Amino acid sequence: MTGFGDVTQRLAGNSYTVDEESHIEIDQDLARKTGTGKLLVKVCPAHVYSENEDGTISVIFAACMECGTCLAVASPGSLKWHYPNGGFGIAFREG
Amino acid sequence: MAGEEAGEIDFDVIVIGGGVAGAVCAYQLARAGKQVVLIERGEQPGSKNLSGGVFYCRVMEQVFPNFVDDAPIERRITRNVLSFLNPTSHFNIDYWDQRLAEPVNAVTVLRARLDAWLSEKCEEAGVMVMSGVRVDSLLFEGDQVVGVKAGEDELHAHVVVAADGVNSFIAQGAGIRAKEAPQSLAVGVKSVIGLPRTVIEDRFNLTGDNGVAYAVVGDCTQAVAGGGFLYTNKESVSVGVVLRLDDLEAKGLTSSEVHDHFLQHPAIAPLLRDGELREYGCHLTIENGPRMVSHDVTRPGLIIIGDAAGFTLNTGLTIRGMDLAAGSGIAAAKTIVRALELGSYGQQAMDDYRNQLDATFVGADMKTYARAPEFLEVPRMYKEYGLLLADIFHDIYNHDTTPRKHIAATAFGAFKRSKMKLFTTIGDVLKGVRAL
Ligand SMILES: Cc1cc2nc3c(=O)[nH]c(=O)nc-3n(C[C@H](O)[C@H](O)[C@H](O)COP(=O)(O)OP(=O)(O)OC[C@H]3O[C@@H](n4cnc5c(N)ncnc54)[C@H](O)[C@@H]3O)c2cc1C
Repeated sequence: MTGFGDVTQRLAGNSYTVDEESHIEIDQDLARKTGTGKLLVKVCPAHVYSENEDGTISVIFAACMECGTCLAVASPGSLKWHYPNGGFGIAFREG
Repeated sequence: MAGEEAGEIDFDVIVIGGGVAGAVCAYQLARAGKQVVLIERGEQPGSKNLSGGVFYCRVMEQVFPNFVDDAPIERRITRNVLSFLNPTSHFNIDYWDQRLAEPVNAVTVLRARLDAWLSEKCEEAGVMVMSGVRVDSLLFEGDQVVGVKAGEDELHAHVVVAADGVNSFIAQGAGIRAKEAPQSLAVGVKSVIGLPRTVIEDRFNLTGDNGVAYAVVGDCTQAVAGGGFLYTNKESVSVGVVLRLDDLEAKGLTSSEVHDHFLQHPAIAPLLRDGELREYGCHLTIENGPRMVSHDVTRPGLIIIGDAAGFTLNTGLTIRGMDLAAGSGIAAAKTIVRALELGSYGQQAMDDYRNQLDATFVGADMKTYARAPEFLEVPRMYKEYGLLLADIFHDIYNHDTTPRKHIAATAFGAFKRSKMKLFTTIGDVLKGVRAL
């Protein structure tokens, strides 16, 4: 904690236009076997990914700030990630 | 003739991406009388973009003669602090020089504002700005790029410019570039902290519109390769970390926690005290621009500019991407104007882009700093050297009633305690001197 709230609280101050469809898709089997799942939980600055008790990964695509870090570190085939449809997703007001 | 397409043309040029690179390129083309569309996936240009925020902006004078006065800039950077940060000490090189404002060399910017302004300028110059549209792929006829596809829509042009940023899906999707290795990329995690103008000026010893840029290495990233930054805006501070992806993974740290650690650091927290969070954001950046740029940056009918091509230089002292984005946009526009005049859009016409780049600081600097990424791979940069500097100065200033030693002996003693090998350190110094 920094005195600026936890990540969820900080994201609540950001501006998003949330799409109906997710732009993120995880292959749970591969994500588990390759360790990609646990890695995504750590690298994503927006905490889009979290690990469930059964080892599967939950995805809150609405929180995504669209940096692409997850895709860059994911093992081949374990993650499908592309930019949201035009006009949707994060809208930085400062940048 | 090779490179001449027969189909219908909607625009002379399609530019994909309304960042600095795309906007500057589109503006230059429109000023040359060309029909240009600028396609941006964000609800408006800038809404997807984030940088640390120091724009080395002299290059913009070529595009907007009064850039510093007209554009929405924050502060003029006249003070640069290079900080080696340890858990309970820091060693800073603090360089203030009023000459850096005469003429203005670097300014802080916030991209949501800067990019929106650039796109307004584009519209005024006659560019059609199409926001809220994501380009999905390129259209080919044979090996010639002839347009773009966005959803069900297709647009055709003589030349397409890919200015779609670091993830570069357009070039990757067309098989021009492979997926980038994690050691060539870093994630930036940044907060914009609002503070009253007078507090910023008092706290950072600034007058008027002048500003300071801190580049921090060491404990700011908990020894992950990368660094921290803190830049003053008019009424806020941009502060955050840049973490090389391979090393972030290797160290097993959580990116948001490394960011928080930096903001809470005893050397940094007082600078942010009583501030209000305006925005928390993140973006990828390029750690090895020179390697990325050695890929193809053209195809028949296609030119890649800005981050999409790899034009970022991180030397540890500065991250430069925006000036290179602008410079590559200007170079591409020159090549395209010439191609349109000749009516020839094949590989040969596009190859002129490399010459245009090499004729400017963009091509030259990519070569000069080709070895910077290798130097920044020295792990001791992120821990041992900062500690060594602090140890030497601790021995100098800590008058504990033991007899003093000459400074050379003090330094040598601190070096011996650090357990680093002399040859390794000499090697690192030589690497640095050659790379930067
Ligand atoms: C944390 C951090 C700190 C940095 N600090 C500095 C600094 O201090 N100084 C500096 O000079 N540089 C800095 N940089 C680098 C700098 O931000 C980039 O080099 C610069 O933004 C590149 O500009 P660009 O126009 O090439 O790409 P971008 O600014 O990324 O613009 C790309 C544009 O394309 C759009 N787009 C992408 N795909 C599509 C699509 N399919 N269809 C339509 N539109 C699309 C995006 O929405 C975006 O508007 C930093 C970067 C980071 C991440």
